[in-house]
Amino acid sequence: MADVAELVTYRDAVADGIAREMRRDPSVVCLGEDIGAAEGVFKTSVGLFQEFGARRVWDTPISEQAIVGTAMGAAMTGLRPVAEIMFSDFLACCWDHVANEIPKVRYMTGGQVTVPLVIRTANGGGLGFGAQHSQAVENWAFAVPGLKIAAPATPADVVGLMAAAVRSDDPVVFFEHKGLFASRGEPAPADHVVPLGEARIARSGDDLTLVALAATVPTALAAADQLAAEGISVEVIDLRCLIPLDMRTVLDSLQRTSRLMTVEENPYQGGWGGTIAGIAADEGFELLDAPIRRVAAECVPLPFADRLEDEVIPTVARVVDAVRRLAAY
Amino acid sequence: MTTATTPTPALTDDRLLELYQQMAVIRRTEKAAQDLFLAGLVKGTTHLAAGHEAVAVGASAALRDDDYVFATYRGHHHAIARGATPEECLAELMQKATGVCAAKGGSMHLTKADRQMLGSYAIVGAHLPMATGAAWSAMLRGTGQLAVAFFGDGATNIGTFHEALNLAAVWRLPVLFICENNLYMEYTPIGAVTAVPNPAADRAAAYQLPGHVIDGNDVSVVYDAVRQAAERARAGEGPTILEARTYRHYGHSRTDPAKYRPEAEVAEWLARDPLVQARSQLSARGVADDRLAAADQHAEQLVRDAVAAAKAAPEPDPATAFTDVWADGSATWRT
Ligand SMILES: Cc1ncc(C[n+]2csc(CCOP(=O)(O)OP(=O)(O)O)c2C)c(N)n1
Repeated sequence: MADVAELVTYRDAVADGIAREMRRDPSVVCLGEDIGAAEGVFKTSVGLFQEFGARRVWDTPISEQAIVGTAMGAAMTGLRPVAEIMFSDFLACCWDHVANEIPKVRYMTGGQVTVPLVIRTANGGGLGFGAQHSQAVENWAFAVPGLKIAAPATPADVVGLMAAAVRSDDPVVFFEHKGLFASRGEPAPADHVVPLGEARIARSGDDLTLVALAATVPTALAAADQLAAEGISVEVIDLRCLIPLDMRTVLDSLQRTSRLMTVEENPYQGGWGGTIAGIAADEGFELLDAPIRRVAAECVPLPFADRLEDEVIPTVARVVDAVRRLAAY
Repeated sequence: MTTATTPTPALTDDRLLELYQQMAVIRRTEKAAQDLFLAGLVKGTTHLAAGHEAVAVGASAALRDDDYVFATYRGHHHAIARGATPEECLAELMQKATGVCAAKGGSMHLTKADRQMLGSYAIVGAHLPMATGAAWSAMLRGTGQLAVAFFGDGATNIGTFHEALNLAAVWRLPVLFICENNLYMEYTPIGAVTAVPNPAADRAAAYQLPGHVIDGNDVSVVYDAVRQAAERARAGEGPTILEARTYRHYGHSRTDPAKYRPEAEVAEWLARDPLVQARSQLSARGVADDRLAAADQHAEQLVRDAVAAAKAAPEPDPATAFTDVWADGSATWRT
């Protein structure tokens, strides 16, 4: 374990991950609102404008459709754009491009066109930003064939998945979790690449498999710590990506633990946990000694007050409670 | 707004005749598409561009082969003007494996990427920012290429139009926005739902861009206007909006008999058919009738052969439903 002083923030890892790719490949360019001299509203592009200049890092107007549509046109013609949509809620403003254009063009042209772009966006709750700046919307993208979806939980994974996303010839929606920006972790080694679609066992355990993503990974780990003290051994899987979805790691873990739970910030009724549960029920039914359980956000808009938000998105206490009951089943 | 461009050299007789022949090929391909539709061999829908030929052909003649083109669901003419063959277009409409998009696109998505015709998009306005992006990429890569977006008058009231124009203007990108104003947004006269009389050109001022209304049924006029706008864009002076007034000969799509159009209006525009105009220009220049007849015959034969070949072509292998989602050719989404 590195010294605390050597740990880096998730926020800094974003800029580091982009900068590494921009140094490596001159066709990588960035565009978005306030990402240039202002260095990003979340300070996730610190240093980029200074290092790479105005021809690689472009400030845009408040025009989400133009940001993503322009990135698409550029990606079709030889660049590798990294487009920022400030808050993931605003993906709704350019949803046509995200849902109808970018993911479909390769297929509907019979493979003639490639769209190697990354759409980065700050996702999720926990910071009291209210209903229009706090949503976890990776399930929106999950409903669209043709998009790859990365959602890192640690600074090293931010860098490694960013490398894979930028190098991918497929479009990648890259969800940076707002609630994790200030968190710290091991720095990424040089040339760090985390392939898309390889989940990570964040903690090994024997009694129950707990599948998490982005901000629910630390929630799951904290819950696992508490439960360990009670003698319940929880295996925590950090999916890292939703598409490609690493079900192999999930089913292998289930084989060992025989109990499965998902913990996600998406609303329960449309969350990715439903797909994981569905596949596990379909293909891993005989591995199960208990029902599959899901902890997810409630089906209400995200409220403003911390006290209310805690009622709605998964908390350590809720995960602990759910695991206890499932372990005792 | 004035633009400092050199006058466009006039089209030679031979070149104008060539453009006439291209328009004749497109016209016959559209007719074939309609006939095949009525015969039950074309499924889904079609949005025919008969009547709009001069825009696609005149503009393409003024562009470089490596310039990028983006079009709408009414894009048969752009695909053919940019080098797709009638055969591969008709095969696409007939759901054949030899279709230009391997039968995964259909009438609304004709694309010929190896000729830089980067697609036809069925969501109104979606491709305007893509053209902006292609122009941005060309500028950054220093290739001297342009991007062109062809779109309908109806697209001028959707947000992407304004977002794309503004960004292209502030970044001074080499992109041309060419509106095919055929007076109708589906079944509604554009004027009934638009605050300005010239839906594209009048908005140019808002982005400090040159905006010109031109006769979209005169192939020489389109050629001239596009050449000058292209020259300006290549000189780093930014985008231009051209509003080409034209008319569609058929209804909006295959189910539309276009009864809402006044008879006098239809008659007036049919009299200004771009093919008829080009023919009379050629005759006035002294180009012999037999050369015109030969051009028509060539178009006739080409399209007849295309129909036969498309009819004879095989259907796609069902396995191809699961190819081309990802760049590695697969559609695998999970382990
Ligand atoms: C965003 C969106 N809204 C509505 C439609 C349905 N629609 C298809 S074509 C069309 C009219 C477009 O008219 P115009 O832009 O003038 O083009 P034209 O068909 O005349 O070439 C409409 C409303 C659509 N395809 N996309």
